[in-house]
Amino acid sequence: MHDLLERAIEQATHRGAEYADARIVENQAETLLMRDGVMEVLDSSEDLGFGVRVLLNGGWGFASSHDLRAAEFERVTELAIRIAKASARVPGENVDLGPPVTSRGSYLTPIQNDPFSIPLDQKIAVLAAADTGMARAAGVRVRESNLVFIKEKKWFVNSDGAQTEQTIIETGGGMVATAVGEGEVQTRSYPTSFGRQQLTAGWEAVEQWDLPGNAERIGSEAVALLTAERCPPGTSDIILSGDQLALQVHESCGHPIELDRVFGTEAAYAGTSFLTTEKLGTFRYGSEHVNITADSVRPRGLGTFGWDDEGVPAQSTPIVRDGGFIGYLMSREMASRIGLNSNGCMRASGWNRIPLIRMTNVSLEPGEWSLQDLIADTEAGIYMETNRSWSIDDRRYNFQFGTEIGYEIKNGKLGRLYRNPTYTGITPEFWNSCDAVCGDQDWKMWGTPNCGKGQPSQIAHTGHGAAPARFRRIQVGIHQ
Amino acid sequence: MIGEEQAWQLTARVLELSGPHSVEVALKGTASELTRFANNTVHQNVSESDARVCVRIFHGQRTGAAITNRLEPAGLAAAVQKAREFASHGTPDPHLPRMVRQPAPAALHAFDPATATHSPDARAELVGGLCRQAAGIGLRASGAFRVAAEELAVATSEGTFAYHAGTAADFQTVVMGDGSSGWAHAAHWKATEIPVPDLGEEAIRKAVDGKGPRTFEPQSTTVVLEPYATADLVMMLNFVGMGAQSVIEGQSWMVDRIGKQAMSEQVSIWDDGRDSEGLPLAFDFEGVPKQRVDIVRAGVVQGPVYDRKTANRLGAASTGHALSPFLPALVRGYGPLALNLRMAVGESTTEELIASTEHGLYITRFHYTRTVHPRDCVVTGMTRDGVFVIEDGRLAYPIKDLRFTQSYVSALNEVERIGAETRLLADDFIGMSVRAPAIKLKSFRFTGATA
Repeated sequence: MHDLLERAIEQATHRGAEYADARIVENQAETLLMRDGVMEVLDSSEDLGFGVRVLLNGGWGFASSHDLRAAEFERVTELAIRIAKASARVPGENVDLGPPVTSRGSYLTPIQNDPFSIPLDQKIAVLAAADTGMARAAGVRVRESNLVFIKEKKWFVNSDGAQTEQTIIETGGGMVATAVGEGEVQTRSYPTSFGRQQLTAGWEAVEQWDLPGNAERIGSEAVALLTAERCPPGTSDIILSGDQLALQVHESCGHPIELDRVFGTEAAYAGTSFLTTEKLGTFRYGSEHVNITADSVRPRGLGTFGWDDEGVPAQSTPIVRDGGFIGYLMSREMASRIGLNSNGCMRASGWNRIPLIRMTNVSLEPGEWSLQDLIADTEAGIYMETNRSWSIDDRRYNFQFGTEIGYEIKNGKLGRLYRNPTYTGITPEFWNSCDAVCGDQDWKMWGTPNCGKGQPSQIAHTGHGAAPARFRRIQVGIHQ
Repeated sequence: MIGEEQAWQLTARVLELSGPHSVEVALKGTASELTRFANNTVHQNVSESDARVCVRIFHGQRTGAAITNRLEPAGLAAAVQKAREFASHGTPDPHLPRMVRQPAPAALHAFDPATATHSPDARAELVGGLCRQAAGIGLRASGAFRVAAEELAVATSEGTFAYHAGTAADFQTVVMGDGSSGWAHAAHWKATEIPVPDLGEEAIRKAVDGKGPRTFEPQSTTVVLEPYATADLVMMLNFVGMGAQSVIEGQSWMVDRIGKQAMSEQVSIWDDGRDSEGLPLAFDFEGVPKQRVDIVRAGVVQGPVYDRKTANRLGAASTGHALSPFLPALVRGYGPLALNLRMAVGESTTEELIASTEHGLYITRFHYTRTVHPRDCVVTGMTRDGVFVIEDGRLAYPIKDLRFTQSYVSALNEVERIGAETRLLADDFIGMSVRAPAIKLKSFRFTGATA
């Protein structure tokens, strides 16, 4: 594979490219989805192709194809050159990629059990047991459970001399119970919402989640929510579960620290960022309890790999320390604009897409509390768990999130069940209201396998470690 | 391009490899290019060539599927083997209808050779003009210009064979100033029908007029929505309930509303895959010819769209709305969706919509809209790229963006007037398009403001 890529790089540089890189990506996936006891989706997919990216006369060009024959490599490389020349007709700032990237080596996700070696019947049995468990809860209308397994092999070469090969293995799974009442629909998900939890891990992750063991509980909760009291609107202290905080970090920290958004190159689609460059090192993003790190080395995160798609090695970057904003997610080109080097965040969703600055594992570092003590320490408030809806503006400033389930906290104890809980806020005000974060015992790595960005659209898989945390005086519910 | 003859040969080869089982084969070819610009420069410029096959094998009422883009004999054989293996492990699906030969769809002209061969240089020329114009008055233009040629073939062991070749073009731009921005977007199956300079003017004018936005206390108020915002209403109503599966599962906004007056009498929404003013597609991914389906007629909810399975469950006929098997499985979990939507026009000009409004807001588009509650299609989201206060029938001043939380069903029951002009907007991820007019709503609920 590397030979084909090397020839493309040679062709591009011979034709005058100032820089070129090329990737071959082979993606193998299995998807199993059971709905109401029926295996509705039992799919296998295989996706293979390559992409060539060139910088010529200061313009970028990228072309890709599913056909790996040598003649197609030549055609595609020539097309990338032609496209780069067209880009150069509408020029911008000079492109500076910083120091050369010359990484070499191979990487394989460390796993215990290869999910592709597990018999299909064993996988189906897990889903069937989960389905049966949800069915035990009287009143559940729709039962869904799924498993996803991905193995992606990637070969990368650039004109600086880098040559890497890596294999990333992901395992995902989850279930959703939906109850329908008089004008009301309620869902409960496990381990988290929007289909599934996902990690760079093997079959052992499925065993740890224990879908069957949690199925009846989420079914019962969905039914109970139909008649629960609506979350009362007003101002309240809230404690958010780890999976909800993972999405909160993703949307209100992960996206605004993407340096391409800051420089406006995503303005037409995803938007920009309120974390403009003059704020780096000076802006109080959150309270002293807020510490956020972006890394691609932490075990099991969906942002864990050997090198990014520019060949930059995996690494760890502090983003927020004691509430102060100190770091961005960067590419080679964007980092050089602020006098820094890339911290390895360029990722493409496949062979047919260019790398963009994407989240790696952007995680809220653990604090000192236990969840039990934190609830006990809260006189009055609401505990909210598992995301149901999320919306945030194009600068990542004004947000509104809803969760699947809420509980009143009264005199340090969980009380009444609330349906349709929501909370809303302004990003830095919200994070500055954080006065407690739970510790290692409640901290987990969560996966977001559905992060959209770019044109043409790309779906990235990102990781977010988080433990429950408390926020003071937050606007909750929606006034009728 | 694969072409009809080669598509027939490829799908026939897969059917032959599959043996005596019932089999459905979908073949999708894509050749697309996209020029992306930001800060008045082209910064991303890409091309993609791909073709993939999905083979779905039926063992009685059990199914298994495999997708591959390795179209050489070994790749196809491996896919068939995998689909066969998976089908043998599935559980019987009592709702799966028996495969039958589908009628051949009537011919449809939706392929424009000039769009299929639209060059990076041609796009650079058009985009460059807008960038230079914006830069000349201190503004920053961003956006994307996409062109694509797409082929779809569906063949089954029962003798169905359908082939479609179509083109698509889509241009969108945000032009930004300090504290203001403007937006323009249009799609068509012919690139030459997209008036890039006019769209650039539209976005620039909005960015200029939007300078110095004031704060505005969120409240319920009358709104005039540009077609971009109207299209969001239609798209979200689609995701949250125009498909039969969400009706079957009790989650659709249509539940308890079918046959009833749920929206203003002025509101009619339908889906028509053969509409030459949309992005036409003659059949769905099960090879079923697309039917025109009335979703809402004069405010009365008519019913959902169907694929073969949901139609079988409800004793109806498929309307040709099966989603692509090449989408992620969890997206396919929506079941059938309307992909060629259109909302009926009224008689007002946009100026008349504004002039008839004493107090209200003029909204360019919505951003990041998400469902808060499905049964009433309650949605939250933000305004973006141009919000103006209307006072005494004219645009008075720009304001900062607002958050809303609003039932889209109720919103369309508040329609006062509808514009006469429409805009076609497309989403290339699922392949959905909406042609929508501007509308005026008596009341729309804003629940938050940008600081």
